[in-house]
Amino acid sequence: MNPSPLNIKIAGLGGMGVLSAAEVLARTAFNSGRDVKKAEVHGMSQRGGSVASEVRIAPEGGHIQSPMIPFGEVDYLVTLAPEWEDIHMPELKSGAVHISTKAIDPTRLPSIKAINVAAMGILSTYLTEFPESLWIEALDASFAPKLHAGNRQAFAYGRSLGKPV
Amino acid sequence: MMPMQNPFRVFLSGNEAVALAAAHHNITRGTGYPGTPSSEILPALHSHGVAAEWAPNEKVAAEVALGVAFAGGRALVTMKHVGFNVAADPLFTAAYSGVSGALVIACADDPGLASSQNEQDTRSLAKAAGIPVVEPSDVQEAYDYTRIAFRISEKWGIPVILRLTTRVCHTGGIVSGTYQAEPPPVLAFTRPIEQSVMVPAHARPAHKVLRGKLAAIARWNNEEGPFKVYGPSDATLAIVTSGVSSLHAQEAAPDASILSLGLTYPLPMDRIRAFTKDRKRILAVEENDPYLSESLRAAGIPAETNPESFRHGELNVVRVRRLIAGQPEPDAPPPRAKPPALCKGCPHTQVFGLLRDVDAIVAGDIGCYTLGALPPLRALHTQLCMGASIGMGLGLRHTLPEKEARKVVSVIGDSTFLHTGINGLIEMAYNPPPTGHIILVLDNGTTAMTGQQENPGTGRNIDHNPARRILIEDLARACGIEDVRVFHPTREADALRTALAEACEDDRLHFFVARQPCVLISGRGRSQKTETANCPTPASA
Repeated sequence: MNPSPLNIKIAGLGGMGVLSAAEVLARTAFNSGRDVKKAEVHGMSQRGGSVASEVRIAPEGGHIQSPMIPFGEVDYLVTLAPEWEDIHMPELKSGAVHISTKAIDPTRLPSIKAINVAAMGILSTYLTEFPESLWIEALDASFAPKLHAGNRQAFAYGRSLGKPV
Repeated sequence: MMPMQNPFRVFLSGNEAVALAAAHHNITRGTGYPGTPSSEILPALHSHGVAAEWAPNEKVAAEVALGVAFAGGRALVTMKHVGFNVAADPLFTAAYSGVSGALVIACADDPGLASSQNEQDTRSLAKAAGIPVVEPSDVQEAYDYTRIAFRISEKWGIPVILRLTTRVCHTGGIVSGTYQAEPPPVLAFTRPIEQSVMVPAHARPAHKVLRGKLAAIARWNNEEGPFKVYGPSDATLAIVTSGVSSLHAQEAAPDASILSLGLTYPLPMDRIRAFTKDRKRILAVEENDPYLSESLRAAGIPAETNPESFRHGELNVVRVRRLIAGQPEPDAPPPRAKPPALCKGCPHTQVFGLLRDVDAIVAGDIGCYTLGALPPLRALHTQLCMGASIGMGLGLRHTLPEKEARKVVSVIGDSTFLHTGINGLIEMAYNPPPTGHIILVLDNGTTAMTGQQENPGTGRNIDHNPARRILIEDLARACGIEDVRVFHPTREADALRTALAEACEDDRLHFFVARQPCVLISGRGRSQKTETANCPTPASA
């Protein structure tokens, strides 16, 4: 039997950076040598409406089968649109962690657009198997160079809000 | 760029994996028309230095690709499932003629209709056409099976469909392998007329040649075709599956014996028969049409008939568990998420306000502006397929009582107009209704819905570099339309409203263009690099 993967769902509205955040997370897992899959839907459903990306990360040596998280098996839920976060609660496994951007003070960000990166900063404090350097590498690979400095600031701020050490 | 290391290990979307495989396979040219979920293949192919371009529609793309393949080259043509309908005319007969080089049609289905107008299954069309189908289940197979599709095409001189689905195209995953480039094809026109001109005298034997090729491919599929098996070899439950359904089945039923097929038309029936022999229960796990289960039963293999509810929507692990447990009741409706809507500041919103002001009956089309049908606008009244707004609008004009007929306006986007709306323009000029008609082109300078691709009207190529620009209004003038005018729908809103109101009253033919850039491209520098699934979209941080 394949050991359980880590199931992370990132949800928000079109234009909030859901897909970019998922890209950073998936690249971090990829750079660590794990098997990882990232599933999302583009096109009309993405236009101004709800957008979600599902990232599944295998334990070391394991592999991912379905790219979609089975209903009720979400380990980490990251919501970028607080007014729409309630609809995802039934998808959570018991004991799952919910990271909401309600916790983020937008005035501490270089731009409100970096809120997705700050949320990844919070998430990173739970996923202790991935060192910070892997996250930074994935962040830089996922965004244009002019955004790198601001992203690092937003990510560091997110980490300061994360799981108490 | 192509990975430089060899062996390679990269994180890609399924679409990017198809493009990488095509580049490694030394293909000659890629062409296609954007359509979710297929749209990222060609830009990725272009980024690898392979000649790739957007065609005005899938039929033209398929014909260009056939020319490449008749010349001995290797061609890739990309489209979504409904695009196959547009390309079907050349492709059905290309199965008879065959190809000299290779032709692979990457056709992306959308079970569950994430961004489409129907749930058609390309496997059913492929069988009707007599075109072999290769179906990858994940990103690794998207790479591996693309190369296999080209090999099959080249070996038997037959077009091959690479059937993708949303969860293959838009899933990110790991592709690894050892990159071995295919030697370049030999380019020359050596085709006999008998194999290239499908008049009846040539097509009759060509049809027999096709059936012979399919029989040979079926034999090869039984002996050497692509497949994988999972789970114990002797379970009482045997699952026959393909595509992403295979992954759901592996997770939902770790104790079952699973045969995951790579080449699903023509099927390797001997292999399936051997795999399912003496099993207590045989189940086909598949999305959309009951293609596998019906094919198995037709061959005398007692696969179960899946409950009707499982042909609708995508499968997932939970649904496959329920299929196995024999629980056919419909799924609980998904929680109500925020529905899609036109972007803030979208010029289409402005135009739909004006159409409401004149109480228009709007024959609509495919694009972001289809969202004009949803509340609060509710200002678009028909929509079926690409280009239909004009023909259907004319049919409504011909048929409705005069008072209503006068209110009919055909509303179509720039890329959709150039795709298949242009034929409707010719129809309007040739067979004008007694009350005249109005075509209103919403020209936002991009193919917005599918990810802001270029089209022949934008004046830019697939890589956003300058190209010859087709002026839509000039086409209308060339057709002799009496009243051709261009408006900025925000700055000239009053003038456009007046023009629409007056045009509804007279009996003339009108062609209006509402030209204002899409808000997603208006700030874009012309040198911006092509987007792929792995780059942040302009709308995100």
